[in-house]
Amino acid sequence: MSDVASSARGDLKLSHITKSYGDFTAVNDLSLTIPEGSFFALLGPSGCGKTTTLRMIAGLEEPTQGTISLGATEITHTKPYQRPINTVFQNYALFPHLTIFENIAFGLRRRGIKDVNDAVNKALELVELPHLAQRKPTQLSGGQQQRIALARAIVNRPALLLLDEPLGALDLKLRRQMQIELKWIQKEVGITFVHVTHDQEEAMTMADTIAVMNEGEIEQMGSPASLYDNPKTAFVANFLGQSNLIKGSITGSDGANQIVDLFGQKISLQKDRSHAVDNSILAGIRPEKFRISRLETSTSGNILTGGKIEDVSYIGVSTQYQVLMPWGQELMVFEQNDDGVAPFSVGESVNISWEPIFTFALRGDDDAEAGTEVNPEEDLDEE
Amino acid sequence: MRKLSTPYLLLIPGMGFLFTFFLLPLLNLAQTSTQTPVGGGDTGEYEQSWRFANYLDAFLENKEQFGRSFLYALLATVLALAIAYPLAYTIAFKGGRFKNVLLVLVIAPFFTSFLLRTIAWKQILGEEGPVVPTLRSLHIISESTTLTSSAFAVVMGLTYNFLPFMTLPLYASIDRIDPRTLEASGDLYANGFTTFRRVTLPLSMPGVVAGTLLTFIPAAGDYVNAAILGSPQTKMLGNVIESRYFKIVDYPTAAALSFTLMAAILILVTVYVRKAGTEELV
Repeated sequence: MSDVASSARGDLKLSHITKSYGDFTAVNDLSLTIPEGSFFALLGPSGCGKTTTLRMIAGLEEPTQGTISLGATEITHTKPYQRPINTVFQNYALFPHLTIFENIAFGLRRRGIKDVNDAVNKALELVELPHLAQRKPTQLSGGQQQRIALARAIVNRPALLLLDEPLGALDLKLRRQMQIELKWIQKEVGITFVHVTHDQEEAMTMADTIAVMNEGEIEQMGSPASLYDNPKTAFVANFLGQSNLIKGSITGSDGANQIVDLFGQKISLQKDRSHAVDNSILAGIRPEKFRISRLETSTSGNILTGGKIEDVSYIGVSTQYQVLMPWGQELMVFEQNDDGVAPFSVGESVNISWEPIFTFALRGDDDAEAGTEVNPEEDLDEE
Repeated sequence: MRKLSTPYLLLIPGMGFLFTFFLLPLLNLAQTSTQTPVGGGDTGEYEQSWRFANYLDAFLENKEQFGRSFLYALLATVLALAIAYPLAYTIAFKGGRFKNVLLVLVIAPFFTSFLLRTIAWKQILGEEGPVVPTLRSLHIISESTTLTSSAFAVVMGLTYNFLPFMTLPLYASIDRIDPRTLEASGDLYANGFTTFRRVTLPLSMPGVVAGTLLTFIPAAGDYVNAAILGSPQTKMLGNVIESRYFKIVDYPTAAALSFTLMAAILILVTVYVRKAGTEELV
């Protein structure tokens, strides 16, 4: 294994990748660069093409069009076993006939490395399971198998580690713990991680950069904070957390801000947060950015009046309100339970206010419902 | 109390059947194997004399057929494995929605009688069949060579007749392999051949062991194929037992040979299963 491909290092670059199965296009003209050493997440709902993209990087599928390269080496048609890339498979795919030790040693042995003891033991220590070396995979819990799958990939010191919904089969608590641990391990080993998930929280917790995919294309790419605070499309606004999207139009300008008319009420919007192409927009505000106030209380910033509390859900750290606006739309508001203000009750008339910097604007013809129908907890087994 | 007794009650029909139709005849056969002819009596009249030397005599007289039985059975098993493995692999991994149809095709020959199918091989390998003229025109066999009444025909018949018994267990265990473990192997620097040797084959070992046993054991005791497709020079132990029992009416020798064959198979199978180490597999 001393050919060029297996020793390739550097940024991973996908150029104009398309993958079609008959009439169906799973991935459509996708281009992206993943910098060496980063933790990158491909996030999207089932069937958005993220797993297909991952499999093309691994070499398990060949792109219909386009090229994949690692550093200066093109690997588009290189066999999986000749790529310096390892995968942590969904459901782990451990070898049931081999011990944990031999599972981890598998890749090293295939590359002709005779003395595997040190490397395997180090990998077992990294995932904190050195005492399980002589067990068989079926004797391990899901969380333990997950760690072994990670150790089996990392022990090879690949240029790139691919993780295909690695935490999908674990329960919530274990998933949270593994998220933190994976992030730590990535920093520790310094390998580029490419992580595929449909769980936006998982992607945001771990990744430096997230590419949100929808219907075979990348909707938006950026840091978790930039995607959350400044989404470019309704799909991203709804898929990453929740958003209130209100139809409106730009009526004027005031320095760095634009004046927006929302059903007769004027609010302001920072120009660099607007992705609209003309005067017709969808104004977006995250539910936790809203403040609810009683009519007699004076508020500053953007204010929408005439709201009526429709529903109240107390969920511990916060209270969630549904507020019916005069134009018939229900807005969602999350209030932290920390300000000592008595909670509002159903039927109360209220105003809603927020800081103008938290407003973002999308194209007026975007589908305000895009990305909302997806339940991230469902459908763990894509493909 | 009730909870405990139900499983035992369910065992009664099976145990009763085996006791009456297997264990009792077996004991009877064991007794017969040590009998000797009654002095001055008719053909087929034997008395119980506990002569264990019957075994040695029977074995020494039929060493050749013993060896042949195991050789033919071994050849047929190896051939059947070589044919059935790719077949089962293809059905399991590439069969897609035709999987069930293909499996039905594997067992379809069972809808015709075993004898009829064996006799058909006589025609296939005969002078008028398609095989001989083809091989002759390709100069693979000479003009004077025939394929019927030969060891070749017997082994072919055995291979053919036991092929489904090899294919089905192989299919069952290959079908259970998670294709993702094969992808994982490729991902971990193993090429196609290494993946087969290190992952596919070890994971399908239960099927290989079951298939080879289901082929080898009945093939070693078979006499129909040798009787229909063979010649006096290709007689297997089954043929000897048959003729001793029904033609020569030499019950003790037939019984002794049956027991010797059974013991030999048991020993071979035990050694084989130990070597294959299937108890290690999941």
